[in-house]
Amino acid sequence: MKALGARSAFYVGFVVGTCTLYVLLRQVGFTRNVGSVEPEAHKKSLLEMVEEEDKNWKKERLALFNLNHPHHTGEDGTLADALYKRVRILCWVMTGPNNLEKKARHVKATWSRHCNIVVFISSVDDPDFPTVGLNTKEGRDQLYWKTIRAFHYVMDKHGDEADWFLKADDDTYVVIDNLRWILASHSPEDPVYFGRRFKPYVKQGYMSGGAGYVLSKEALRRFVVGFRTKVCTHTSSVEDLALGQCMEKIGVVAGDSRDTLERETFHPFVPESHLTGTFPKTFWYWNYCYYPIVQGPQCCSDLAVSFHYVDASHMYLLEYYTYHLRAFGYKYRYQPPEPSVIQDLNAPAPDKVEIGDIEEKLGAEEQEGEKKSLEHNEKL
Amino acid sequence: MRWRAGETDSRTDTTFLLFSGCVYGNECDVVASKCEHSSVLLKGLQSSMMSEGSSFMKGMILGGIFCLVMAFFETFNSGTHSEGREHLHHHLKPVSKDELQKLSESQMSDWTLQVRVYCLIMVTPKLLVHWATANDTWSKHCDKSVFYTSESSKALEAIDLQEQDEWARLRKAIKHAYENAGDLRWFFVARPTTYAIIENLKYLVLDKDPSQPFYIGHTEKSGELDYVEYDSGIVLSYEAMRRLIEIFKDEDRCPERGHALWKTPEEKQLATCLKYTGVFAENGEDAQGKGLFNKKSVSSLISDSMGQNPADVVEACCSDMAITFGGMSPSQIQVLMYGVYRLRPYGHDFHDSLTFLPPNDSDND
Repeated sequence: MKALGARSAFYVGFVVGTCTLYVLLRQVGFTRNVGSVEPEAHKKSLLEMVEEEDKNWKKERLALFNLNHPHHTGEDGTLADALYKRVRILCWVMTGPNNLEKKARHVKATWSRHCNIVVFISSVDDPDFPTVGLNTKEGRDQLYWKTIRAFHYVMDKHGDEADWFLKADDDTYVVIDNLRWILASHSPEDPVYFGRRFKPYVKQGYMSGGAGYVLSKEALRRFVVGFRTKVCTHTSSVEDLALGQCMEKIGVVAGDSRDTLERETFHPFVPESHLTGTFPKTFWYWNYCYYPIVQGPQCCSDLAVSFHYVDASHMYLLEYYTYHLRAFGYKYRYQPPEPSVIQDLNAPAPDKVEIGDIEEKLGAEEQEGEKKSLEHNEKL
Repeated sequence: MRWRAGETDSRTDTTFLLFSGCVYGNECDVVASKCEHSSVLLKGLQSSMMSEGSSFMKGMILGGIFCLVMAFFETFNSGTHSEGREHLHHHLKPVSKDELQKLSESQMSDWTLQVRVYCLIMVTPKLLVHWATANDTWSKHCDKSVFYTSESSKALEAIDLQEQDEWARLRKAIKHAYENAGDLRWFFVARPTTYAIIENLKYLVLDKDPSQPFYIGHTEKSGELDYVEYDSGIVLSYEAMRRLIEIFKDEDRCPERGHALWKTPEEKQLATCLKYTGVFAENGEDAQGKGLFNKKSVSSLISDSMGQNPADVVEACCSDMAITFGGMSPSQIQVLMYGVYRLRPYGHDFHDSLTFLPPNDSDND
């Protein structure tokens, strides 16, 4: 009886000991996963991230100045670099204190790295992020005030440091390289602005706020002057419409931002909506677009500039699709023409500026001229 | 058993001078032995009860030691094993850019011909939507794509194998593909729930000789067997196919209908058959070691990366030259088509040594 009791106690003890120690070790993380061996992803520490940010960005006067145009391993970015130097874009992003961690942070980590200068516009100064506080409150009714003050601010502090001034939301994804392709065919001294053109309420149309829009330096000058001379005022809180009305008054042209195949580049929704969604016939969108709406693959240019209502994970997804994922050796169907260099163009001041149009016109005129002279010769 | 300092255990009639509760054998034993010691110093023991307690304690320590030893042994083993396995595991990478640049034009055109792919897409009417999506998207980039179905559907064309058993169906499809390969030398087997970037598949196998056996994809382990996961696509060279056809004739080692009560998934049966012919699974990865074959969707991988690598989400997530993704809805796939074959930043060029032209009659790529 005694021996039996002792032995079973021993076995029980053995089992208990094994189990408890196993649990203990497991807790400590000692037992390794015996499965497929995954390569250790290089996890960046916070310190490394901060260091890298310091190398690429100069934080000064509540703005971020780009020191190195981001490059990708294995790529030839000479054309993009040339445009980076020639077409300087200041991006200002509409955000607020509550959205810094939720949204603005992801903008900072992705597309804004391709701007020459980035300013995050908020209602509160934050020297760390950094954001600029513009003496406004938060809320939809403050949008136009924020926009007016933001443009005045960037004109005042950075007017000489950029040629074009882009406004975007913290849920807009912008491909800055493609924006440069469009803008390179225009002069920053032209009074023009580009975006996703809407037709109601304003004769020449106005640009959708969410899809982002970009003003030339001259357009920005006129905007600031317009407010000084009271030609423009805070007419409503509908930021994009009010701005569009002001633009028309001060003689800034609403540009055509479509590519050479007339496909839209600025988009008010996410790619999925444009590529696959069928908007119901009663949807406001149908009555708003200035140009004919195309649904399906031809909705969107290969050189798309912006998408809207992009949440955090979608930002990284678009960044992956745009700058990382590709098909080896694939010859793209769309071969965009190189943008014309502005100084070489002797075009008359256009009342409607179209990309590539001038180049095509010149080319076409040449051909026309040749044809006519040939015909003439034949007749003779 | 727990004792508090100063308490008297009535059963053993000993007083414990030292410390508090214990759960772990070692401590208990230490305490118990100290206590035993002190109790011996203090009082006499009621030995029968004590022996039971001490047996228990001894059992516990031995159990603990046993566990530690097993853990060490296991990690040591898996350590060496995984190293050994890594060599066996065969991490297959694409040809380097430098190597590519050294090649002559005739070599390039030879390789462009050699690297053509025959896609076997295993469908069922249940997967009609995915079937239609694959038909409309990535399958157009295969040099030859054939849909093999379990039963025919009025909506879409396919080779009807009239076979419900998945393994038998796969065997039939492989036989058919081998016989109808023409001069195609690479084979890609996938379900329509997988999305593939065929150009990147070609890039991976570009410098590999298809008259050698290759069996590539995302590898997993089941006991001693390394197999390629079906959900992320399976790549087979012509020689691997040939050997498969041969071993299919061997009903003992590679039976068509399993005799076991439970069904082994086709991916493992395939691996087993191939193993008998001396062909082993290899993990496809890029120059940085990132897996090229994924069974998860892009958004799922991005979400994972946001959790694990918030400082560097996109770099850490997925390879630039990824070949497959899985579990994506048809509209997500249309976005993926746009993202891979159209959307790009102007002015960034890659000057790849080979050129693959877009397919005819297609507007989403």
